[in-house]
Amino acid sequence: MNMRTPLGRVRGLGSARTGTEEFWLQRMTAIAGIPLTIAGLFLVISLTGRGFSAVKTILGSPLVAVLLILFIIANVIHMKIGVQVVIEDYVHDKNQKVTLMIINTFFAWAIGLACIFAILKISFGV
Amino acid sequence: MAEAAQAPSKRPLSPHLQVYRLTLSMMMSGLHRITGLALVAGMVVLTWWLLAAAAGRNAYTTFEAFETSWIGRLILFGFSWAVLHHVLGGIRYLLWDLGIWIDNEEREWLIRANIVGSIACTILLWVILLLSGMR
Repeated sequence: MNMRTPLGRVRGLGSARTGTEEFWLQRMTAIAGIPLTIAGLFLVISLTGRGFSAVKTILGSPLVAVLLILFIIANVIHMKIGVQVVIEDYVHDKNQKVTLMIINTFFAWAIGLACIFAILKISFGV
Repeated sequence: MAEAAQAPSKRPLSPHLQVYRLTLSMMMSGLHRITGLALVAGMVVLTWWLLAAAAGRNAYTTFEAFETSWIGRLILFGFSWAVLHHVLGGIRYLLWDLGIWIDNEEREWLIRANIVGSIACTILLWVILLLSGMR
C-alpha cells in the first residue's frame, strides 16, 4: 500500500536514503565532548587570573593544545547542529529560516577557525 | 508550490506541546536547549580568551581584567553550571537513546539526578578550585 499523500507524490519529496548523518554526528560529538568539555572547563577556570605568560606557556604545551583543538572541533560541530535544530523547530518562515541557517553555518566556521588559529599561533609562538 | 500553499491541508496534525500536562522531563528538555544556546555565548567568550592570548600581552590583560571582575567571575560561574548541566543532560539522553533507565520510575529519578548532579558538581568544582589556590 502506498502511504504517500497525493500532495507528497506531486512534490516528489521523500526519503533519499540519507538524512541521519546529523543525528549520528550530534551523538558522536556529544560522546567526544564529555571528557573534552570537562577537561576544558577545568582548564579555563584554573587559568583564571594567572597572567599572560603562564597562560601562554600552558596553552602552548602540545598535550593541552591538541586536547583544546579536539574540544573546539567536537563542540563547534555539536553547536552548529544543535542551533540548527532549534532554528528548524521554532522558525517557520522559510526566508527567515534559511537566513538564520546561513548565519549559523558562517558563525560556526568563524568560531572554529578563530579558536584553532589562536591555539596554533600560541603553540608555535609566532 | 504556490497552489499547494493556498490549499491548507485537512490532514490531522500531531498535537503540540501545550495540550499535554507539563512534566519535569519536558521542562528539562527545554532547559537542555536553553543551556545549549547559552553555551553558544560561552563559545564566543572562549574565542575572545584564545584570540586575546594569541594577540599578545595587552589584549590578554584586557580580557583578564574582565574575567577577574565580579561580573566576569559570575558569568564564568554561570557558564560552569550550564556546561555541567548540559553534559549531564546529554549523558541522560545518550542513556535513553540506548533504552537504559527510561521506564516510568527510572526516568524520573534520572531527571532528578541530573538537576542535583549539575548543582553538586558545580559547587564541588569551585570548592576544589578555590582550595587549590585559585586567583
